[in-house]
Amino acid sequence: MSTTLNLTLQVWRQDGPDAAGRFETYQANNIPDDASFLEMLDVVNEDLIENGKVPIEFPHDCREGICGTCGVMINGRAHGQEKGTATCQLHMRKFNDGDTIAIEPWRAAAFPVVRDLVVDRSPMDAIIQAGGYITAPTGTGGDANDTPIPKEAADSAMDAAACIGCGACVAACPNSAAQLFTSAKVWHLNSLPQGQPERYKRAEAMVETMEQFFGSCTNHGECSEACPKEISLDFIAYMNRDYIKSKRFNRKLAGQG
Amino acid sequence: MLPDSKIPEGPLADKWDNHKFDIKLVNPANKRKFKVIVVGTGLAGSSAAATLAELGYEVDAFTFHDSPRRAHSIAAQGGINAAKNYRNDGDSVFRLFYDTIKGGDYRGREANTYRLAQVSVDIIDQMAAQGVPFAREYGGLLANRSFGGAQVSRTFYARGQTGQQLLLGAYQQMMAQVDAGKVTLHTRQEMLDLVTKDGEACGIVTRDLTTGEIKSHSAHAVVLATGGYGNVFYLSTNAMTCNVTAAWRAHRKGAYFANPCYTQIHPTCIPAADEFQSKLTLMSESLRNDGRIWVPRSPDEQRRARDIPEAERYYFLEEKYPAFGNLVPRDVASRNAKTVVDQGQGVGPLKNGVYLDFAAAIERDGLDKVWERYSNLFEMYERITGEDPRETPMRIYPATHYTMGGLWVDYNLMTSVPGLYACGEANFSDHGANRLGASALMQGLADGYFVLPYTIGDSLAGKLGTDPVSTDDEVFQAAEADVRGRIQKFLSIGGTKSPDYFHRELGKLVWNYIGMERDQNGLEKAISEIRALRDEFWKDLRVLGNTDTINSSLEKAGRVADFFELGELMARDALDREESCGGHFRSESQTEEGEALRDDDNFQHVSAWEWHDMDTPQTKHAEELIFEEVTPSQRSYK
Amino acid sequence: MAAPTLARGKSAQRPIRPKRRELPFPLNLYQTAVGKKWVMAVTGLMLLGFVVFHALGNLKLYLGAVEHNGEAVWDIDLYGEFLRELLVPLFPRTYFLWLLRFGLMGAFALHIHSAFTLTRMNQSSNSRYQSKRDWLAANFASRSMRVTGVIVSLYIVFHLADLTWGLSAISPDWERGEIYNNLILSLGRWWVALIYIGANIALCIHIFHGAWSMFQSLGLNNPRWNSLRRSVAAGLAGAILLMNLSFPIAILAGVVEAGEPEVSLESNE
Repeated sequence: MSTTLNLTLQVWRQDGPDAAGRFETYQANNIPDDASFLEMLDVVNEDLIENGKVPIEFPHDCREGICGTCGVMINGRAHGQEKGTATCQLHMRKFNDGDTIAIEPWRAAAFPVVRDLVVDRSPMDAIIQAGGYITAPTGTGGDANDTPIPKEAADSAMDAAACIGCGACVAACPNSAAQLFTSAKVWHLNSLPQGQPERYKRAEAMVETMEQFFGSCTNHGECSEACPKEISLDFIAYMNRDYIKSKRFNRKLAGQG
Repeated sequence: MLPDSKIPEGPLADKWDNHKFDIKLVNPANKRKFKVIVVGTGLAGSSAAATLAELGYEVDAFTFHDSPRRAHSIAAQGGINAAKNYRNDGDSVFRLFYDTIKGGDYRGREANTYRLAQVSVDIIDQMAAQGVPFAREYGGLLANRSFGGAQVSRTFYARGQTGQQLLLGAYQQMMAQVDAGKVTLHTRQEMLDLVTKDGEACGIVTRDLTTGEIKSHSAHAVVLATGGYGNVFYLSTNAMTCNVTAAWRAHRKGAYFANPCYTQIHPTCIPAADEFQSKLTLMSESLRNDGRIWVPRSPDEQRRARDIPEAERYYFLEEKYPAFGNLVPRDVASRNAKTVVDQGQGVGPLKNGVYLDFAAAIERDGLDKVWERYSNLFEMYERITGEDPRETPMRIYPATHYTMGGLWVDYNLMTSVPGLYACGEANFSDHGANRLGASALMQGLADGYFVLPYTIGDSLAGKLGTDPVSTDDEVFQAAEADVRGRIQKFLSIGGTKSPDYFHRELGKLVWNYIGMERDQNGLEKAISEIRALRDEFWKDLRVLGNTDTINSSLEKAGRVADFFELGELMARDALDREESCGGHFRSESQTEEGEALRDDDNFQHVSAWEWHDMDTPQTKHAEELIFEEVTPSQRSYK
Repeated sequence: MAAPTLARGKSAQRPIRPKRRELPFPLNLYQTAVGKKWVMAVTGLMLLGFVVFHALGNLKLYLGAVEHNGEAVWDIDLYGEFLRELLVPLFPRTYFLWLLRFGLMGAFALHIHSAFTLTRMNQSSNSRYQSKRDWLAANFASRSMRVTGVIVSLYIVFHLADLTWGLSAISPDWERGEIYNNLILSLGRWWVALIYIGANIALCIHIFHGAWSMFQSLGLNNPRWNSLRRSVAAGLAGAILLMNLSFPIAILAGVVEAGEPEVSLESNE
């Protein structure tokens, strides 16, 4: 049956993008171990409000691990210690009574803190905007079954497309590189027949937009470990290949191998 | 007066084609002279913004999320229906239409529903062209499955993440238009009011959630694609920030709200574990294919599930509905679960669930087979509850999932405010009193891709040569002042209780009185108790912090305030509808077997409610539903 | 591409390093981080090839003396002469060797330059955590690339001064062409052996991550043999370390000794 935990939290508080931040210590008492990590923060916030203190702002929305809104560093790990799990799906039974938990926002130069644990991840949208799409205006698609796709290829595209855009890969990377996020979208689209016409243009545009904001990949593999969807590092290699090819590939020869 | 629903003349199958020919067009060169505001960037909003921009309109898209990709369409798991008949199993546009209108318990519009079925096939083509990685067969062609009890396999899916993949497809298509400069994207901007001039929609007022800036935006037309209002229940499968505010503000500015009492309850959710629970997690209904639902016969049962002998287990669905057993429709399964829990037979620490047991399936098919089918759901369940469904039965309980009601719209998806459109879950139009599985994604994309972009031209064509109302106009100034006043009001009440407290208390009232089963007594109580709680809200609310930064308490306060008014209207609508239909079950109106009993003579209509002011209850306008092609019949699952 | 139209005030509007004008191929490759990583991988591969052949060549230390043109010579000295005479008469003597050396120097320079500029880029992209980080995948090798790289670079300078240039301050007994004796006399000193062993351990760690990382940077990835990449990198790093460490150990242990080469010429006649 459910038990309760008493925890000490060290939470990053920052009043605004330009304000200085600091850790503040809070006690989280009588937290049911069935609660999720974010519900634990809800309880702390209710407590703060009751005591007339401004509650902690933290990013969250769907709380079922798919929207990608949530995400904080928990004891030095993006999304906490559970592999393949977003912060909202982390449950308090994974902690012990008496634990001290350090909670910090994602850190990257391109992800400035907006307030407390909330950061601005808009550069990820800029990467998608640069080429993370297939140009197929509404109504132009032929019958869906006109283009068969080998099941294995469709599955591989889906593996990449499973990315929820939470930014944990950037947060976990010692270089704040967004390679895993970018490559997942590049490979999702570049591996499909529908994505071929724009394949190299897409790789080029997305990589170069990414590099305006983020660091470079040094193949540590921290991103994939932190990823709640366990996106594979392989996609980074595929993206690198397509990017290098985009620089020497003559697109007038597209279709000739 | 209720505006004309503009349902075209002619045979059902030709209505949409005739209508497309009859509506006014805007010359391609003139489209760029029109500005359209799209609020919400879920499936309906993103697809509408992208398509309108492709057509040439200047689009402003608004989302209160940090990225359009966060919209809650992303959480849909199961799939999307389309009458492709790829399985050669006898599916057709008419069959999909028929299933949808019947599933809606004959409370939807024939013409809208038929159009939905018609364009469903185009959606799949469009999304495949967008690169959505639908599941495929080894031959490379699209895979299908049967979903939600449908007798044909017409559901397309992408693992258990169909909503995510479709949303990303629409989002990416919209981002391409952002790159092309045709869509201006406004993230973290919440619409807090609709602005009308001379009765026509001319713009919106937004608040920047990071800086608190209040700003007006004007356009030739405003499209609301702001989703449903399931969060009025507090505990629902909706995301934490889903809300009714945009639709409700529009309602207060003259848009009729239709059928608010039609809410869908999903039977297979994970029950709340404690009082701090913030939301409920839905698990695919496919679990009911192999799981047996039961509760202990004795309310005082203390033993673990495995130790309870067969004779002391109550398989209530199998006993009551021998033909369909555990596969009865959502509302029937949900209601019966509530009945046994209300009788004290619930299971789990809070006695708030029923067992969904896989022991028989494991014995029959072997653990490997069962694991292969449900491993992702079993893992999800274990992650949340800490219990292994292979060892001990799952605990499930119904939760609010979708709302069929919404802003009243005509066949063009225009609300009763000229120039204001509603699409996706935000409107009421296509699902009647209950929605079929795998139809929500279909409707969102149908509206955004293939309906609204055509029909919006009809009203825009007449505005050629006019500029949008200036944001300096007094109507905008007045709306901004209202919004600012409301925000100041929240901050200045200085009471003792958080917005979450009031939301939770409201949710309890709504769930208990306007939940799965409603009766006159309860609904009357709901109205008075919601009002009392609302009064307390306006006296004892505590919102701390400032308005010039992210302040989720402040955001929440505004949303909860609107939920109070909506909750009251739901109760009033449910009270008025003295029949049972689809997701609306009035205990006064049931068959001898306890099934929903419709009253077609008196209630074969859409109830569209018109706002007056805070002190005057809304008045109802009835839109008669005329069935030309199908004959309403009584459901039976015995 | 039209200017991005995301609403103002968002970090997407403020690139840390706005895109610069693109240079002509192949210089444009070197303008981007992915391109630089590709260059780093290619030059790393060249340097790795050198390290492997260098170690293999040094193994000739153990072959001792052989008969050459009726004289007894150390086999490794003979190998040195072979390298100087590579592709003679197509090239005059030592010309091709110098070509290889210039190639290596170029690779070395690009490897270091790309590492330096990428490090700067990463530092400008990062903002540090205030609480303790917990590493999951990043191992000691991957996190110490910059340190091991610097150690190896410094050592190479020392190694060249010691055995190639024969700076008298470092190796007073050095004589041109006497590879066998120079090597044994130098590594026979404990402090040189210590530096040598330390540097080789750093090299091994550098190769352990570099040889794996190279596959990713070059985009060489096929799930069929991906599992081998780590083993290849570890095997390569280990083999190079074993070979290289054997030399000072063998010398200090007296397995090989300096002196004049001797072969029993009778047996050959």
